[in-house]
Amino acid sequence: MTLLRGRGYASVNYPTGMNLGGDPSQALIHATTMGGFVISLSSVDLGQGLKTVVAQCAAETLGMPMENVIVDTADTDTGPHCMGTFASRGTHRIGNAVIMAAREAREVMLAVAADELEVDAGDLETDGTGFVRLKGSPATEIHIQDITLAAHFKQGKTISGRGIFLKERNYPVPETGEMDPDSCQAHACTVAEVEVDDETGIVTVLSLHNAYEIGRALNPAMAAQQVEGGGWMGVSHAVFESTEPYYPASRDHGPVDFCEYLMPGPAEIPVQSSVILERPASNGPFGAKGIGEMTANAPIPAIANAIFDACGVRLTTMPFTPESILRGLDALRA
Amino acid sequence: MPRVNPIDSDYFKDERPDDKFSVIGKTVQRSDALGHVTGRTEFFEDRTFPDLAHVKIHRSAHHHARINSVDVSEALRVPGVLRVITHRDVPSNWYMVLRLIGIEPNDEPVLAEDRVLYKGEPIVAVVADSEAAALEGAARVKVDYTVLPAVLDVEAALAPDAPVIKQAGTNYFVYEGHHARRLRFGDVEQGFAQADRIFEWRYSSAPIEHAPTETTGCVVVPQSSGRLLIHSNTQAAFFTLDNTALILDRPFTDLQVKGGTVGGGFGGKVDVMVEPLACIAATLTNRPVKFVYTREEEMQVSSPRAAERIYIKDGVMNDGRIVARKVMLYVDSGAYSRHSPYGTTKACAHLPGPYTIPNVYADCHCVYTNRTPSSAMRGFGVTIADFALESQMDRIARALEMDPLQFRLKNAYRDGDLKAHRKVAEGTALIEVIQRAAALVGHELPEEYQAMSSRGAGA
Repeated sequence: MTLLRGRGYASVNYPTGMNLGGDPSQALIHATTMGGFVISLSSVDLGQGLKTVVAQCAAETLGMPMENVIVDTADTDTGPHCMGTFASRGTHRIGNAVIMAAREAREVMLAVAADELEVDAGDLETDGTGFVRLKGSPATEIHIQDITLAAHFKQGKTISGRGIFLKERNYPVPETGEMDPDSCQAHACTVAEVEVDDETGIVTVLSLHNAYEIGRALNPAMAAQQVEGGGWMGVSHAVFESTEPYYPASRDHGPVDFCEYLMPGPAEIPVQSSVILERPASNGPFGAKGIGEMTANAPIPAIANAIFDACGVRLTTMPFTPESILRGLDALRA
Repeated sequence: MPRVNPIDSDYFKDERPDDKFSVIGKTVQRSDALGHVTGRTEFFEDRTFPDLAHVKIHRSAHHHARINSVDVSEALRVPGVLRVITHRDVPSNWYMVLRLIGIEPNDEPVLAEDRVLYKGEPIVAVVADSEAAALEGAARVKVDYTVLPAVLDVEAALAPDAPVIKQAGTNYFVYEGHHARRLRFGDVEQGFAQADRIFEWRYSSAPIEHAPTETTGCVVVPQSSGRLLIHSNTQAAFFTLDNTALILDRPFTDLQVKGGTVGGGFGGKVDVMVEPLACIAATLTNRPVKFVYTREEEMQVSSPRAAERIYIKDGVMNDGRIVARKVMLYVDSGAYSRHSPYGTTKACAHLPGPYTIPNVYADCHCVYTNRTPSSAMRGFGVTIADFALESQMDRIARALEMDPLQFRLKNAYRDGDLKAHRKVAEGTALIEVIQRAAALVGHELPEEYQAMSSRGAGA
């Protein structure tokens, strides 16, 4: 038995947003009497952190602390339309809609503050602490709680805003495929290191090293979790998963539970190291591009290429099973 | 503290003049993290309702068959069974989720009528007081079939003598009169003629499962107003609402979808598979109804990622420039369209990969077979293409005895390049991620390759 090591590379790009556009998302925002800002959406947080990231976008745009932002979402009676959470569109579409809504609300907020402070709204600024201040004269300030109280009970104004993001629908030219499919493209290069057991055919993915360019990492820890979670999924696609393991001979005996449908457990998780680059997209929220889906992609060919590097077997059918490795090794020896 | 990957701010520094943010770019704890790790997050199934009824399905035993008769009398005799639902109870039985964005035709029945096109296709829904009674009722449904020849291979399905399995008359989705989504750029045959070397290989993939922790499901609660409240783990609340209302043939304002907490989606919860039948069951019984997939249904019946087959033919110069690329791509949509016509166009938009190639030709086929209908999954249209494209790149680099990263850098797309679908590239950064990944693992690149930039000419 020999453990053969190899290294493989893959570089990819990935589009942000529903292919060909036409996928709007809306956001509404309003202030409570005591300085809270409620963002109303119908968008779904799949666990990737959408609610957190759009709250960051709102807080940054309003110039208010995160604690003041409340996200109320995924109820079609109370939230405005969202196309859905897919196609790496959530951060980009909903982030943009929230920024647009927050800008409108900020304008009212500053106008109310200006009236209270008896200054020009254009001379006011925020610093994320909860105060609105006169530029160059920081002692002239008013807290958001006093602004919203004044708006409600004194000035009779709603501090609110409406936002939508829509990339206009594009239709491909049937003859040539000419089209405008995406809002922007994120990029990645993955280096995989594997170990192939030439007796059992088992591939162990030792490590994944990634460079990702994602426009702007709005929340760096969550970006890291996308990269590492997607990396795990890529490993799983590459060396484990099939719902029809005996196809084409038979579609029977497909797995029906996690005892039969194998995925990497703790012992099969590779070491990962990654670096993020930021080239802001002109149409992204603070430049952000979608990173959600793409993180599972580059690891798969990088692993295939590493397997070849390790043992000389070129696998062209996913997943890369021990059987396919052993058959490949047999063919090399023949 | 959560793990954070370093951000290398040396790249594109001049494009980020306004880097002064208060919360953008900061690690803020995910708002639902504490709920998830303490078990307090409320998922749709955590809600309890008095008189909750359950839906289970009797499914096709064959890949392709004519249904001669359906006998539900035994099912109705099972204690606790409240109702049996057949296609006659579905107001608008034929649907296609993508009709919301104008894609036709409606090609799938909510419940099978006179034929089944895949093993596991729903035929009868049984509503009962308990899950056990619903399962027992579903098991006692008797269906008499005439088995028909099945098509289980994408290229066999396109052969002239293949049995046509679809009512629309073709075993492929028709893209504005074409049998495939086409991409035509330059002159690929002339490119092959001028190339020093030609490389042609085939790639393929198995269908795979989304494998969410929480299976697809919903609870529908009839309201005193006459509306239906749908607690769902859908990935797209309005998409589910609109499609469900069309199937129910009811005003859109009759429905309310509440969701937003999903135990794993990955594209597996955008197909609108459970809400319509749960709504019908709730309406017919006037009781809250739960319809949630078992793990077996999630793995074997719910849409997988499509199996794909991809042929790539490349014409390459001895110096490593790719001058022509032809791709024949086959998406196995299984028995029905679901989101596959969209995903196949997305695959076409992705070709020829992140490289600038002057002559490109692609036919991307969305093919119907008698396999489980496939649909959206993370990286839809792109993941398997990337496996094929990047395996191809590695093989060509080796054949030319070139460094695999230098070969990619030489062909990488840059700002201002015209892509094969005739959009001018901007905001590109393939060169930089390759350079940075090389540095990460100590893979040395010659100076001329280190000097390359996505913003201008390099090597």
